[in-house]
Amino acid sequence: MQGIFKLTALLPFLPFLAFALIVLWANRDKKLSAGLAIGGVGLSWVLGWAIAFTTFGIEGFGEHPFRMFRDWLPTGRTWQAFGFAVDPLAAAMLIMVPFVCFLIFVYSVGYMGVGKPESEHDERGAPAEPGHVDRLASRFFAYIALFATGMIGLVLADNLIMLLIFWEIMGLCSYLLIGFWFARKYDDPKQITPKEAGLKAFLTTRIGDTVMLAGIFLLYVQTKSLSFADIFRPEMLEHLATTTVNVPLIGVTPWATVIGILIFFGAIGKSAQFPLHVWLPDAMEGPTPVSALIHAATMVSAGVYLAIRTFPLMQAVPHGPALQFMAFIGAFTALFAATIAVAQNDIKRVLAYSTISQLGYMFAALGIGAYVAATFHLLTHSFFKALLFLGSGSVIHGMEHGHHHFELPIADCGLADPHSTAHNPKSEIRNPKSFDANDMRNMGGLFRRMPRTAWTFIIGGLALSGFPIITAGFWSKDEILSDAFNGHTVVFVTLALAALLTAFYTARQIVMTFFGKPRTAAAEHASEHDSIFAWMTVPLMALAVFAVAGGWVGIPREFPVLGALSTNPFHHFIGGLAEALEIHVEELPFDSVPLLTSLVVALGGLFLGWLVYRKARPAGHQVEEGEYMASPQQFVDPLARPLGGLYKVLQNKYYFDEFYHAVFIRPVQRLATWLYRVDDLWVIDPIVDGVGKLWRGISEAGRWLDTHIVDGAVNGIAAVIGWCGGFVRVIQTGKAQNYLLVGLVTVSVLLGAFLLLPK
Amino acid sequence: MVPLTWYLVLAAGLFCIGVFGALARKNAVGVLMGVELMLNAVNINLVAFWRHTAVGEMTGQLFAIFVITVAAAEAAVGLALFIAIYRQRRTVNVEEIDTMKG
Amino acid sequence: MQPVIFALLALITLGAAAMVVTTRNLLRAALWLILAFFGIAGIFILLNAEFLAVAQILIYVGAIATLVIFAIMLTRNMMDPSQPRFNEQWGVVGGFAALLFVVLAAIVTRVTWPVAAGDVPADTIQRLGSDFVGPYVVPFEVASVLLVVAMVGAIIIARERE
Repeated sequence: MQGIFKLTALLPFLPFLAFALIVLWANRDKKLSAGLAIGGVGLSWVLGWAIAFTTFGIEGFGEHPFRMFRDWLPTGRTWQAFGFAVDPLAAAMLIMVPFVCFLIFVYSVGYMGVGKPESEHDERGAPAEPGHVDRLASRFFAYIALFATGMIGLVLADNLIMLLIFWEIMGLCSYLLIGFWFARKYDDPKQITPKEAGLKAFLTTRIGDTVMLAGIFLLYVQTKSLSFADIFRPEMLEHLATTTVNVPLIGVTPWATVIGILIFFGAIGKSAQFPLHVWLPDAMEGPTPVSALIHAATMVSAGVYLAIRTFPLMQAVPHGPALQFMAFIGAFTALFAATIAVAQNDIKRVLAYSTISQLGYMFAALGIGAYVAATFHLLTHSFFKALLFLGSGSVIHGMEHGHHHFELPIADCGLADPHSTAHNPKSEIRNPKSFDANDMRNMGGLFRRMPRTAWTFIIGGLALSGFPIITAGFWSKDEILSDAFNGHTVVFVTLALAALLTAFYTARQIVMTFFGKPRTAAAEHASEHDSIFAWMTVPLMALAVFAVAGGWVGIPREFPVLGALSTNPFHHFIGGLAEALEIHVEELPFDSVPLLTSLVVALGGLFLGWLVYRKARPAGHQVEEGEYMASPQQFVDPLARPLGGLYKVLQNKYYFDEFYHAVFIRPVQRLATWLYRVDDLWVIDPIVDGVGKLWRGISEAGRWLDTHIVDGAVNGIAAVIGWCGGFVRVIQTGKAQNYLLVGLVTVSVLLGAFLLLPK
Repeated sequence: MVPLTWYLVLAAGLFCIGVFGALARKNAVGVLMGVELMLNAVNINLVAFWRHTAVGEMTGQLFAIFVITVAAAEAAVGLALFIAIYRQRRTVNVEEIDTMKG
Repeated sequence: MQPVIFALLALITLGAAAMVVTTRNLLRAALWLILAFFGIAGIFILLNAEFLAVAQILIYVGAIATLVIFAIMLTRNMMDPSQPRFNEQWGVVGGFAALLFVVLAAIVTRVTWPVAAGDVPADTIQRLGSDFVGPYVVPFEVASVLLVVAMVGAIIIARERE
């Protein structure tokens, strides 16, 4: 029975094989590429479940996790291992990760239009016309297969080096996939393009990664090992918690705290927590399956996973600053992002802020020591958030189909300006100004037209808001709230407020999208009858099942009535690992206050949202009853007037993008321009000219002197000036030799310093 | 026997001459020749260390052979690149090849 | 006797190398390069690595240097003597290369190396061969793949396109 563990290493390898085969061989055939990607991750899924279910049957698995590793990378006198490990945490993730990947891959077949003909209007790297296949669909499947490698490998990593490798693979895939439609451009120069969004995501997460790398270095210096099993030995944690370092401005701090906070920064970047949250909403420029896979279900939760993995380190100093910091960041982000989500109109951006908020929930839970609850919420959230994203993708496609089928016939009848549509359907459809299929203000009444999408989306929405008893989100959120209620009042109140807002914006989203009357012709003609929707709605239904039933494994035993039926297997399973790591977890006694709170915030929020938005419609005097809106601006949000200026602030996301642009990006640009000027206009050239003139004068006056000496001196000076110029100009000349010179200078100066400086 | 240090100093000298060639030559083939000199300096180090510290194991020589292999591959690809670039631009002046500039 | 041979070889090698990087005519530079390779082969013999010396001459002189000369001849006006030899940063490069040499020389002479005198085993070449197909078989295979890839790549890159 245990033999199956030997196959662990295959899990990340199978999607990687699919990636390699697509890139090297199958990329001309889009169907084959899709088949390879789905096959690779499908095998991983089956194998992953087999391994995970085997571990559920093993008593005391937490104390004796499975490890396989081989020395791989010599680092001085120690070796870094290449290895995988399966422990309860990894097994729980194995239930979720390959399965969700598999479903999203299947969904992508429909979303990318695999099997449809190519459109001759389509440009490479731009979204395809409705009813056509994306020109780069093979590349898409290669990327997501590589991504699956990254995520599965990260979950199974046995040490921090492995974790870092897979972490960066995911970062790369995230960049490539956000910018997948790299040729897409918008009329509005302020609107961020996919290319820019990819860059933004990559650079923003890089800040967190760099800090995390510093933490990993320090950890290695202190422990001489990066293997989780070594680091989390009680002696080692004791050592880390007792040895201290004098941090400037802060004072004497234990190493465990310093390293914990530094590593947590990696999680902040990856999971888009405040203050590095700005990249995630813009990451929605990527294709929707990517948003579901990377920016909702897996990669962003890798940050939380990292924090859960390194939790023993964080709590080596019990209730220390590392945990407090985490709780603060998490709770703050949970509330902060939820408020922004209330005022967004893009269906995907609402979900993006909701993701940020829910990830904040998990960090807050970890920060107050709710190890099991955080893990639980991580898993349930992945299911229902992936469901919501995929549902939104289905809605967007439905809207595009409606728009497409509606616009063309009208143009043919000569009702519309023929220049804008019939002769150039491409620009009509592509031109985002003309129609934004993501904008919820353009929707309404989609429930009748897309029933399968609507039902599953509503189930996902209810799970997100924590609809009592039946949905998974209720059980995981309730567990976090009851942990928080037990002595962390501030966190409890913050999280309860965030939960209220969550339910509110979810209701707003559902009502605006699916109910009321269609506000545009596209919404009126939206449908899910095309063959691609068969690929897209089946994964939705599978995820909907998990969004509901996924919570039943974690029903607390103390819960009234239902608790009697439950053995709370999840808590038991993860708790075994926690005990082995000497993390203190216990099932709390039942308390009615947090339960009532979560009931009230979920139901109250949903009800409020419904109440406010059920009558929302385009402003009366501009659009007659039963007519369509000319532009989304005509839809007036019912909250806009009562909230006034605050609504605008929320809509602009508290102006964080503008703030970062003004404080970080603009000054750097200015500095670069200024340095360029200093170099070329003000300093170097005048000096060269001046010195040259001066010396020419002297040499002409003293021609009778030895010409060679003077010439030599002129050349010498010119050379000196040239060197200086070379130094300054070395930045960004594009010439490889200049760059290499920087390396030469650095190495020789560093070596010289090494030689001269006292040891 | 000649002491180890002599070989190392010789290799350092050869390496620095190679660096100069690689970074200061205008012609791409000249740059390549500089790189070859640097690789040879490395080989001298490898073999000298093999002879003076670990004559029982063949690791030093083995690595030198791998370096030669890589150098051969590098020269073949590098020169093919130069010919291709020359065909397109009528120059192999390294300074004019600055498409890395953003 | 050995120090004298060493000094002679070192002089040849360094002198030829210096000519390689400074000569204006590229074809001459390539010929100097061949002399430098021969000097290095002599150093290898001095170090009792006869096989490597032969490989050095076969590969570097026989293949790489020949390739370089061919490339120079194929792109003939590459050796236009009116062209400057160096780019504008040559002064800085020279300065720092010299500094690097001084620093490296200072470091290698100061460090006490774990020198272990020993006799060269009689079956060096045999060992080399069995090591290649023994513990180093994977790198060996990778190297052969690398060579094939480089060969194919070189052909594709240099091939004339319509």
